[in-house]
Amino acid sequence: MTRKREGADVVWEALLAEGVDVVFGHPGGAVLPIYDAMTKYPVRHVLARHEQGAAHMADGYARATGRVGVAMATSGPGALNLVTGLATAMMDSIPLVAITGQVPTSLLGTDAFQETDVVGVTLPITKHNFLVTDVHELPWVLRAAFKIARSGRPGPVLVDICKDVQTDITDRPLPDPAEIHIPGLERQPSVDVEAVHAAADLINRASRPLIIAGHGVLMAHAERELQALAEKGSIPVTTTLLGIGSIPETHPLSLGMSGMHGEAASNFALQECDVLIAIGMRFDDRVTGKLEEFAPKAKIVHFELDPSEVGKNIEPTVAVVGDAKEALQHLLPLIKERHHPEWLRRLQEWKAESQARDAVNLETEDLIPPQVMRELWYVTGGQALVASDVGQHQMWEAQYYMHQRPNQLFTSGGLGTMGYGLPAAIGAQVGRPEEKVWAVVGDGGFQMTLQELGTVAQENVPVKIAIIRNGYLGMVRQWQQLFYERRYAATPILSPDLVKLAEAYGIPARRVTKRSELHQALKEAHDADTPYLLDLEVVEEFNVYPMVAPGERVDNMLRRPLVPGEDGLTPAW
Amino acid sequence: MSKHTIVAWMEDKPGVLARVANLFRRRNFNIESLAVGHTETPGVSRMTFVVEGDDRMVDQAVKQLLKLMNVIRVEDVTYKPTVLRELALIRVQTTPQTRSEVIQLAEIYRAQIVDVALDSLVVQIVGPEERVDSFIDLLEHFGIVEMVRTGRVAMTRANGRNGKKRQGSLGV
Ligand SMILES: Cc1ncc(C[n+]2csc(CCOP(=O)(O)OP(=O)(O)O)c2C)c(N)n1
Repeated sequence: MTRKREGADVVWEALLAEGVDVVFGHPGGAVLPIYDAMTKYPVRHVLARHEQGAAHMADGYARATGRVGVAMATSGPGALNLVTGLATAMMDSIPLVAITGQVPTSLLGTDAFQETDVVGVTLPITKHNFLVTDVHELPWVLRAAFKIARSGRPGPVLVDICKDVQTDITDRPLPDPAEIHIPGLERQPSVDVEAVHAAADLINRASRPLIIAGHGVLMAHAERELQALAEKGSIPVTTTLLGIGSIPETHPLSLGMSGMHGEAASNFALQECDVLIAIGMRFDDRVTGKLEEFAPKAKIVHFELDPSEVGKNIEPTVAVVGDAKEALQHLLPLIKERHHPEWLRRLQEWKAESQARDAVNLETEDLIPPQVMRELWYVTGGQALVASDVGQHQMWEAQYYMHQRPNQLFTSGGLGTMGYGLPAAIGAQVGRPEEKVWAVVGDGGFQMTLQELGTVAQENVPVKIAIIRNGYLGMVRQWQQLFYERRYAATPILSPDLVKLAEAYGIPARRVTKRSELHQALKEAHDADTPYLLDLEVVEEFNVYPMVAPGERVDNMLRRPLVPGEDGLTPAW
Repeated sequence: MSKHTIVAWMEDKPGVLARVANLFRRRNFNIESLAVGHTETPGVSRMTFVVEGDDRMVDQAVKQLLKLMNVIRVEDVTYKPTVLRELALIRVQTTPQTRSEVIQLAEIYRAQIVDVALDSLVVQIVGPEERVDSFIDLLEHFGIVEMVRTGRVAMTRANGRNGKKRQGSLGV
């Protein structure tokens, strides 16, 4: 017999039982009982300035720690503000539990004050959601929510709890997670050994093999197996945006990211390889370019946990459904040691050709974003955790910050949510206080969630914020330049004095306008044990290259010209 | 593009139908009919969908359904020997001259008269859709005032009992 307690206590009991030590949220009328009970439990609460921030913080926390992030909000507007964060987490398979208050059961469906059908609204952007109208169900539901969020392909789960349920009494114990039976969780695929043999066979016979590693590799903690496969079979590795970190980007077999803004060598390799080993990735259009002409010479081996991703965009020759780590463990002993000198030499040539036109070579006192990112890499020894926002800077970060470790980059890949970077960095820093965490954001995205500077200050979260200020919604401006004859409709963007803004929050800050000041400024920020904001005034019209225009073949790239300014688009120095 | 029949078993809980409907809408699957009801197991309901699409699309529909937490099992019965049935209620205009003709037709189709008025009859027919369709075609000559169809329900035949595939679509 469990002692009697209120629903609100059940919430905290369940969170503690799940190992939660921090909750990101914003209170309100419909969650008051839960907040009131919070004071009795050893849990840290981080007050976000906007619930979207709370959701992104929980997301950043989850990505950085591998644990379930928890966000909390009140009914109606509070819960609705979580929506962007939930959709972001859903697209990137991030385990979150969102707890929202709802009007009392007696008022459900009456358009009561601050009533919104939150379960209805979040249906397509959560892995699952619950409306709790009976306190006796609450212990089971909360346990189930965590179990669903983290199992299989993870995702966000929302639990909407009516206010009267929070104060109703129950003596139902928290069930043991092993006792939670949900039909959708009973079907975890196990690796088909026969398929693994077929995969090995294809790989062993390849003369131009290529691995493309996605987020699934990191989620399965299969980095070591991945690297072993690459080394044993002498197979180069490219990654998706979210797969960055699955192999050290300085590894000789690493080709960096592929896709719309992928490395040229990666994109050429995709089109030239004869066997493509796709691991934990879903052939998103940002990766494949024109789908019908993607990897035209390749037989495709697809290792994937989610059966619905197999054959969704690309029909593989061999599919291995299941956990990537388990699958690769089966695969490794079957792989023959191989060398592909001719293939690797071609890749080297492509790489060298890219280096010749690389923006890091530009000699100028102006701040060039790729150079800023490369400098950040030097200053942080490639070891920082980085949360990036969405836009050009996100791509430069991915291209020039050569990530060395798994779970070192947090970015909104699937949804491309501007405003993600700062709150995600806060969440990551809260989850991993021993690490240095950088937020790399644009002046546009930063201004979508800059109110979270208040959270940084109040909670004294020592994140470093690098604002790549180009005075434009840069990525959109780039499209306008390339595809809309340079008509910059609605893309110039004014920022406040960012240094003063930071100072208003008591956050140390500095503006950098010259290359010669960059190293020192980055170092000063990195070494600080306080939060720090850098306002980096970069060249305005600088483009991300390579670029595959939407719908084009992935090797049909706009490249940075060999001679700066030659294309009439890039500034010449 | 062809019609597929999918049977899904799911937990009988509030909101499950909304989840399924939402999934089909969001993934742009075209549901032609959907029938839901209880099963032999308390707490489990069964849906029969007819979706229009190529094999790959239907495969996606099945896999996406299987991602719903409340879904217990999904089966595409399109290529299996299956009993397929639909029920229709049809209110037909009648005059003293046409009434017996309608009744005769109903007998031929093993349909039942379930409501009688001076100027109309309600006929109930149960059968494979093709039979229901052809019956409706005939009744249209008399004037259909109102009609409702349940949509297809399906049950696979016991393995090998008839030996022949696609028995269901012959309407036996
Ligand atoms: C919430 C949201 N609104 C709009 C967009 C469309 N969008 C994509 S990139 C971008 C510009 C980003 O500008 P900025 O934050 O300054 O970064 P930059 O591209 O200049 O590095 C916009 C508006 C988006 N991705 N997310």
